Amino acid sequence: MKYRSVFDIIGPVMVGPSSSHTAGAAKIGRMARKLFGVRPERVIITLYGSFAETYKGHGTDVAIVAGLLDFDESNKRLPESLQIAEELGIDISFHIDKNTQVEEPNTARIHLATGDDELELVGVSIGGGKIEITEVNGFSISLSGSNPALLVLHHDKYGSVAEVAGLIAKYEKNISYMEVSRQKKGSLALMVIQTDEEIDEGMAAEISGLPNILNVAVLS
Amino acid sequence: MFRTIEELVNLADQQHIAISEVMIRTEMETTGRSREDIFSKMSRNLEVMEQAVQRGINEDIKSRSGLSGGDARKLQAYLKNKQPLSGTVLLDSVSKAMATNEVNAAMGTICATPTAGSAGVVPGVLFGLQSKLHPSREQMVDFLFTAGAFGFVIANNASISGAAGGCQAEVGSATGMAAAAAVELAGGTPEQSAHAMAIALANMLGLICDPVAGLVEAPCVKRNAIGASSAIVAADMALAGIKSLIPCDEVIDAMYRVGRMMPVALRETALGGLADTKTGRALKKQIFGSDAQSSMIKEQ
Repeated sequence: MKYRSVFDIIGPVMVGPSSSHTAGAAKIGRMARKLFGVRPERVIITLYGSFAETYKGHGTDVAIVAGLLDFDESNKRLPESLQIAEELGIDISFHIDKNTQVEEPNTARIHLATGDDELELVGVSIGGGKIEITEVNGFSISLSGSNPALLVLHHDKYGSVAEVAGLIAKYEKNISYMEVSRQKKGSLALMVIQTDEEIDEGMAAEISGLPNILNVAVLS
Repeated sequence: MFRTIEELVNLADQQHIAISEVMIRTEMETTGRSREDIFSKMSRNLEVMEQAVQRGINEDIKSRSGLSGGDARKLQAYLKNKQPLSGTVLLDSVSKAMATNEVNAAMGTICATPTAGSAGVVPGVLFGLQSKLHPSREQMVDFLFTAGAFGFVIANNASISGAAGGCQAEVGSATGMAAAAAVELAGGTPEQSAHAMAIALANMLGLICDPVAGLVEAPCVKRNAIGASSAIVAADMALAGIKSLIPCDEVIDAMYRVGRMMPVALRETALGGLADTKTGRALKKQIFGSDAQSSMIKEQ
C-alpha cells in the first residue's frame, strides 16, 4: 500500500500547477533540507524522466528550490524561490538528464554542500504529491510508504541506535521496520525507521537532540 | 481496512453505514487520530476548494503562459444569459471544475484531488450539485471522504500519476471518484456508487497525458471540465439502476494495465498527442523559446 491516508488522495493543499511535479518536488527538496539540517551553500540538482522533460512548465525546478529553502508545498512564496535563493547567495545548478533510464518517471537527485559537509539524496514523486526517498548518500533505502518514516543521520557510535529506539518507545510508538547503513565503521550512518503510528514533530525534535544525532527528517 | 472496492462496499453494507463513514473510521484506525481532528482537516480542504472555485468564477485568472484562464467565467456568463443545451447543473459543475484548474494553472492555491492536474473534477461536481441537492456542510465534507475512499483504492491498486499511467489515472480517477461520491450525496447505495465509478472510469480508459508545452493547462482544464460532466452522467446512470458489466475493481485493474502498456511519449513527457501537434509545438517554442535556458541549467 503506497498510500495510507485519505489525505494522500484529497490533498495536499498546495500551490499549483502539478501535485507530482510541483508539490512532490517541493517535498523532495524539503526532505533534503531537513536531513542536511542547514541552509546549503551549494546545490546540484539532477532531474530524470518526466521531471527532465517537463520541469519548466510544472515549476519543478522552482519547487525543489522552495523545498531547499524549507518552504512547504502550500507556501505562497514558492513561485519566487529561485530569486530568494539567489538573494541568499545559494549556488544552484541544474542538470537535465534525459538519457539515464530511471525506474520511476519522476526522479530527482539532490546534492547539497556547505563547507566540507555534503549530502546526496534521491527522491521519487509517485503521484498526488506523495514521495518516496530511494537513496541517501549512496545507500539505497527501501521505504514502502505504507508507514510513516523517520530518517536519522547520525555518528556511527555505540548506543546511538538504542537511544533512538528507547525514545520512540517512550512515545509509545511501535517500530515496524528499521535499517541502519554506514559507509565505514565510525563514519556517518543513517537510520531508517518506520513506525505503525504517526510521527509527531515533537518526537522528531527530541530525537535530533540526542547525543551523536545530526539531523532528523520525517516522511509522513 | 479495505483494499478493494468490493471490500469497501461490503464494509458499508455489513455495518449499514455510508462509504464516507467507512473512510473516516479507517482513517481513525490507521492514524490513531480523533474523528474531530480528521473531520476538521477535511473541512479545511473543502474551504480551499471553495475559495479556488470562487476565485475562478469571479476573478480575472490568467496563467503566466497565457494558455489558460477566463473560460470558467465565460460559462457562468453563458449560464446567466442563454439556455444551455445540456443543463444548468451540469454546466455549472463544468464551469466550477474549470475554475479550479485555471487557478491551479496560475500557480494559485488548490487542494489536489487526487492530483493538482485533476483537481477540478471533484469540487466541480460537488459545488455544481449544491444548488440542486442543498447539502449540509457536513454532507459536503462527507462527499470528500467518499471520493477519497474510492481514490484510495485506485491509488494503491493502480495509479493516480499521469507520468505513470496517463490522464486516465488522473482525470479518469477523479471522474470515477466524483461519480461515486455524487451517488452517495443523491441518496444512492454503496453498490450504486461502485457502479458509477466503474462506468465513469471505463469511459476514460486509454486517455493519454499530453500537456501542450508540458504545462498543466491544455488539454488539462478542458479534460477536467468534461470529466465533471461525465461524472454526473455516470452517477445518474447508476442511480437509474444501470450496472457496469465489468466490476469496478476489474476496471481499475484494466486501467493499471493499460497505463503499463502506454508508451512514455504519452505519459506526461509532452512528447506525444496534442503536445506534439503543429500548434502544440509552436506554442511551446513561443512560450519557452527554442531551447533558451537560464545559465543555471545544463541539459544532457
